[in-house]
Amino acid sequence: MRSIYAVFKREVKAYFTLPIAYVMMGGLLFIVGWLYYLSFRWFLGVSFEAMRNPMMASDLDMSSMVVGATISTIGVVSVFTLPLLTMRLWAEEKRSGTVELLLTFPLRDSSIVLGKFLAGLAVYVVLLLLSLLYPLLAGLYTHLDPGPILAGYLGTFLLGATLFAFGFLCSTWTENQIVACAIAWAGFLFFWLIGHAADFAGSDLSKVLTQLSFAKHHENFAKGVIETQDVAYFVLFTVFCLFLTLRSIESTRWRG
Amino acid sequence: MIEVNHLSKYYGPVTAIRDLSFNVAQGEILGFLGPNGAGKTTTMRILTGFMPASSGRAVVAGYDVFAQALEVRQRVGYLPENIPLYREMTVSSYLRFVAEAKGITRRERTRKVGEVMELCGVHEMERRLIGNLSKGYRQRVGLAQALLNDPPVLILDEPTVGLDPRQIIDIRQTIKNLRHNHTVILSTHILPEVSMTCDRVVIINGGQVVAVDTPDNLTERTQPYRSIYLEVQGPEEAVLAHLQGLPGVLTVAKNGANPSGAAVYTLSTTKERDMRADVARAIVQQGWQLLELRAVRLSLEEVFVQLVTEEGEAHA
Repeated sequence: MRSIYAVFKREVKAYFTLPIAYVMMGGLLFIVGWLYYLSFRWFLGVSFEAMRNPMMASDLDMSSMVVGATISTIGVVSVFTLPLLTMRLWAEEKRSGTVELLLTFPLRDSSIVLGKFLAGLAVYVVLLLLSLLYPLLAGLYTHLDPGPILAGYLGTFLLGATLFAFGFLCSTWTENQIVACAIAWAGFLFFWLIGHAADFAGSDLSKVLTQLSFAKHHENFAKGVIETQDVAYFVLFTVFCLFLTLRSIESTRWRG
Repeated sequence: MIEVNHLSKYYGPVTAIRDLSFNVAQGEILGFLGPNGAGKTTTMRILTGFMPASSGRAVVAGYDVFAQALEVRQRVGYLPENIPLYREMTVSSYLRFVAEAKGITRRERTRKVGEVMELCGVHEMERRLIGNLSKGYRQRVGLAQALLNDPPVLILDEPTVGLDPRQIIDIRQTIKNLRHNHTVILSTHILPEVSMTCDRVVIINGGQVVAVDTPDNLTERTQPYRSIYLEVQGPEEAVLAHLQGLPGVLTVAKNGANPSGAAVYTLSTTKERDMRADVARAIVQQGWQLLELRAVRLSLEEVFVQLVTEEGEAHA
């Protein structure tokens, strides 16, 4: 526990010493904020329409139409921005040679892997907490149902952890941060879009492809539905990536 | 304190070290020499628990480096060759991180970090970013982190490379001061450093041990004959002939003259006997003036080159 905390603390400090966390957080919050503003304006327009049509007014729900959509947006934007957080974690250690010292400290490889992973995840959680500002702002104007919002955030957190674990694994494969980032992006997009490929596949393959897709599993959370299979998918994917990261570090040791 | 038995490491088809064996006693400073690519860094990385060997066994402080790697890492301070440090951290925050990683308790941490900063002379730089430090200071921070948990074994890969002469003297002195409480393996290309600092030397070439001995014994062993340097004021032809006639003298060569005009001679004599007294007596008895007489020993550079070349030729 002590060793995990030592690595965790160093990595969190490194994130906030270097500009990368600020750039990533600023970028993500700006994009999500802009899309939130657009959906809020759209909702206002629809609300004015509804004033002339009371039948339509009963279908209006700010929780799902604005906040739910914003939470989905955070998931999509995370796919593009998270590699910026993961790319340096191992690639930079390898390039600068600090991995040699790190791996000769009396720390278990699993502690180093967990410390680094949790540090990155903590930065992502801070980002999610900052993005709570948008639902809170919406809450000033209307009553929001907290259940779907919390479910949406849980889903986005699990998606972030999965994306992070995958990007983290990619970072162990190379000394070049840009290459690590590019591999992670390619992987993220593959697992995000694989669900769309299901539409063109045969029925059995279609089921498999759907089950593999990040987007399909994240959709339910954004609707406020927590399904065990979705939680299990994200948790197992994350654990599997962390396991492969550990093996990859062992391989680094053998190859020197 | 360190036992290396038949250690080999292969990187795919490339053999980095082959059947390497040597021991290091407690409190000893061992110089680790070899040309580039000889396998020094690989051996050091295995001994620090960074990488496992392909075969063979190494025991550090009583623990197997493979089976008990964590125990070994707890007892080894390591300074890698290119001093890889986190450039975005300040000196004190970096040392505090290493202290925490090495399991030093929070209460002890401030004291220990202060101690090593004092010992390595980086106190005045504690708030500076490591990335902004000169090479010399980074080297000292590297040494400070290696010393943090007061490990019984120190493995230093070229600790003085790239330093200015004054810094080299400082670091050497620091290493010498560690002698009593630490066992040190020191790899270097600067051979006088080995003569000055190390108790024993291991020379490796092509991944194999070529020689293990004290610097003096190595010189003694490698030199095929004894050599004497001589400055004599006297008739040169007669001096040459007389010296040549002495029993045990193999060759005599005249090597110019010293600034005062006395001729300089180099004698090679048999290895079995020290001929210095005989030569002195012979010159004085002839009534010539003996201005200087001393034994000439091979420098460690010459020993090193000779051993490494012999080994290379044997392999060829």
